[in-house]
Amino acid sequence: MRDALGAVGSVLVLGGSSEIGAAIAGELARPRSAVVILAGRDDSRMGAAAETVRAVGAGRVETMAFDADDPGSHEQVMADAAGRAGQDIDVVVIAFGLLGDQCADEAGGPGAVRLATTNYVGAVSAGLAAARLLKKQGHGAIVALSSVAGERVRRANFIYGSSKAGMDGFFQGLGDSMAGTGVHVMVVRPGFVRTKMTEGLPDAPMATTPDAVARATVKGLQNGRQMVWVPAQLRLVFAVFRHLPRPIWRRVPA
Amino acid sequence: MDRDRDRASEGRRLLSGWGRTAPTAAAVRCPESRTELEQALAAAGPRGVIGRGLGRSYGDAAQNGGGDVAVSSRLDRILSVNLEAGLVTVEAGVSLDQLMRAVAPLGYWPPVSPGTRHVTVGGAIASDVHGKGHHRDGTFGTHVPSIDLVAPGPGPLTITPEGSPDEFWATTGGMGLTGLIHRATLELLPIETSSVRVDSERTPDLDATLRVMSERDRDYRYSVAWIDCLARGSALGRSIVEFGEHARLDELPAGRRSRARALRFAPRDSLPAPPWVPSGLLNRATVAAFNELWYRKAPARREGHIVAAAQFFHPLDAVDGWNRIYGRRGFLQYQFVLPDGEEATLRKIIEELVNHRCASFLAVLKRFGPANPGPLSFPRPGWTLALDLPVSFSGVARLLDETDELVATAGGRVYLAKDSRLRPELLEVMYPELPRWRKVRERLDPDRRLQSDLLRRLPALADPTQAPARPARAGRQP
Ligand SMILES: Cc1cc2nc3c(=O)[nH]c(=O)nc-3n(C[C@H](O)[C@H](O)[C@H](O)COP(=O)(O)OP(=O)(O)OC[C@H]3O[C@@H](n4cnc5c(N)ncnc54)[C@H](O)[C@@H]3O)c2cc1C
Ligand SMILES: NC(=O)c1ccc[n+]([C@@H]2O[C@H](COP(=O)([O-])OP(=O)(O)OC[C@H]3O[C@@H](n4cnc5c(N)ncnc54)[C@H](OP(=O)(O)O)[C@@H]3O)[C@@H](O)[C@H]2O)c1
Repeated sequence: MRDALGAVGSVLVLGGSSEIGAAIAGELARPRSAVVILAGRDDSRMGAAAETVRAVGAGRVETMAFDADDPGSHEQVMADAAGRAGQDIDVVVIAFGLLGDQCADEAGGPGAVRLATTNYVGAVSAGLAAARLLKKQGHGAIVALSSVAGERVRRANFIYGSSKAGMDGFFQGLGDSMAGTGVHVMVVRPGFVRTKMTEGLPDAPMATTPDAVARATVKGLQNGRQMVWVPAQLRLVFAVFRHLPRPIWRRVPA
Repeated sequence: MDRDRDRASEGRRLLSGWGRTAPTAAAVRCPESRTELEQALAAAGPRGVIGRGLGRSYGDAAQNGGGDVAVSSRLDRILSVNLEAGLVTVEAGVSLDQLMRAVAPLGYWPPVSPGTRHVTVGGAIASDVHGKGHHRDGTFGTHVPSIDLVAPGPGPLTITPEGSPDEFWATTGGMGLTGLIHRATLELLPIETSSVRVDSERTPDLDATLRVMSERDRDYRYSVAWIDCLARGSALGRSIVEFGEHARLDELPAGRRSRARALRFAPRDSLPAPPWVPSGLLNRATVAAFNELWYRKAPARREGHIVAAAQFFHPLDAVDGWNRIYGRRGFLQYQFVLPDGEEATLRKIIEELVNHRCASFLAVLKRFGPANPGPLSFPRPGWTLALDLPVSFSGVARLLDETDELVATAGGRVYLAKDSRLRPELLEVMYPELPRWRKVRERLDPDRRLQSDLLRRLPALADPTQAPARPARAGRQP
């Protein structure tokens, strides 16, 4: 149960091997040694994430199976997670996602559809399942990891960008639908974050770290924000970008 | 009560405590009779039900996210007044304001009155509230000869301190977790006037404050110190110490001595605070300026000042909804008690609070008298300090986590009716009688139909913690 100062008793991360997800879970769990449940596909990567989360001061940390691409299972995953927590779920972090390979995916093959399925369809299904559980509890928060890439979709990564634009809009609407239910939905829009997802890519301007995203997320939750940009200046940058003429925008590199 | 509005709200509603932090949604019911209270218990789903009065507890004691909340707004009848014996029987939703307006003109006063009169009798029993007279009169529960409780297990019960001490003392201070309180009989204190004779003394530092309170409070029914929590260094702990007695008729000015006039109790309906006062209104500068002015304004010593009871007991009730001035995120109140002999710890805590420059108006210090047998009743002989803190003040979480540790180590405890953030693992340390209370609760509520957000946040209320209390790293966030 969340306390007056935002400390929580439990966190569920969907996409349990995500580096940003683990950083957020650790930051949330630390003050009250909260229970953390990591739900994902890859046991060994989740094991490593569990270690990280334990090291920063979480209490009990458990891992369980979750596949974003299997929407039929999501309701059950939420119920199982609640059972494992042995208490209410205070925060659900929607951390799974694929970056894809824009060039290859444009060229053909199943990559583009897979990315759209995971990042959008998976998020819709898991987001609704999470919201139903939290609504029953009468309280809780959903943190949705979107991206600045979804704020205005770019030529250079429009497959990923559009999937984030879709899920970003979905979670904003979900947040509005939860007014008065005690459920708080917060969309997080990081810029370039150094994680395994972006490994090997050159740093974009204002590159940041999972810990910085985690700190901004926790602060945003405490302040009841609906949207958080990391770093915060990106909001202003994108206020300008949003209005760039298409011929210029088209040439903005990845 | 506005019935239509109540009925329309049988759906879920967001509820929070007085501090307006951590709201949760619950289905609100307003039972009107014993049968309806029984129905409210029977109808509770897996997330249970909890009683609620006027929501003046600061935290989450009267909330139950995802479950039911039984508000006592329709249990608002004063059933009988026995003038010879000085006893009154009321339904649980009767507020102390309502009670005072009814019995003051008859020459009676509730023997215990918290800092606001907008609390219900049910809430006052469930929190076992204390007032400025604790050193002499004890808690609210001490003046309750009998309670009609509807408990989920055994059903309706009349519990008394003599006939059913376990159930009675588990319910007073039991934070609503032993049953729904239906009615109670209360003792009343005879008064000659509705005024209070106040003597006050301005003290230059903490030692003087503690000394003045210890030496003088035995001579008065009421005593309290308002500490200036922004004064530092040699002025640390400077206070205005107030002592009060119900004024006798012959102490009133000659023109006001008719019985009717002397016992009149009709405080003006409070002024509402504007709904959107800027939340920046309270900052260090405004608080410091206010405190300075207030301290300087007070005379070094004043005797025999006659004031209206409402002004003495409930100065904050003059502004309705003052809790909004802390802004959208709300605020919390930290109240703890330290046993006698722990004055050094008290000093250390006040120093910490002052050094962190947490903007707080005044902190209230009081010396408690003897405890009662309630396992969860808060007061213990010693010093209690209460102060308001905006939650937006950075570092407040860590500061209070560290303060919890000092309080627990010194054998003290925090007050559950005010709490919204205690370190859960310290509950059992602070309330060593918890196992005894849990046993009675198991008997009264074997299926755990009574649940609240407080109970979820502090699970040790229901079950012993498996992990050893106080992990080594607790409270020290890197
Ligand atoms: C300005 C201010 C000053 C205060 N000063 C003091 C003070 O000096 N001393 C002090 O002790 N306290 C003080 N308090 C705290 C307050 O007295 C207690 O929190 C009190 O319990 C509030 O009563 P309520 O009717 O609002 O109850 P709520 O806040 O609605 O509920 C409090 C508890 O009582 C239970 N409860 C309420 N009604 C019932 C019922 N019918 N059956 C079973 N359980 C029930 C609830 O479940 C909950 O656990 C102060 C609060 C404020 C806002
Ligand atoms: N890194 C950035 O620059 C950046 C910027 C903005 C937004 N984001 C977003 O932030 C989120 C977290 O990213 P990250 O940086 O932490 O990257 P990450 O470490 O690669 O995490 C993404 C995780 O998603 C999981 N995942 C992928 N498909 C899944 C599926 N079908 N079912 C379950 N889990 C699945 C992956 O798990 P496996 O271990 O099983 O592959 C992976 O651990 C993502 O949504 C990402 O889009 C990242």
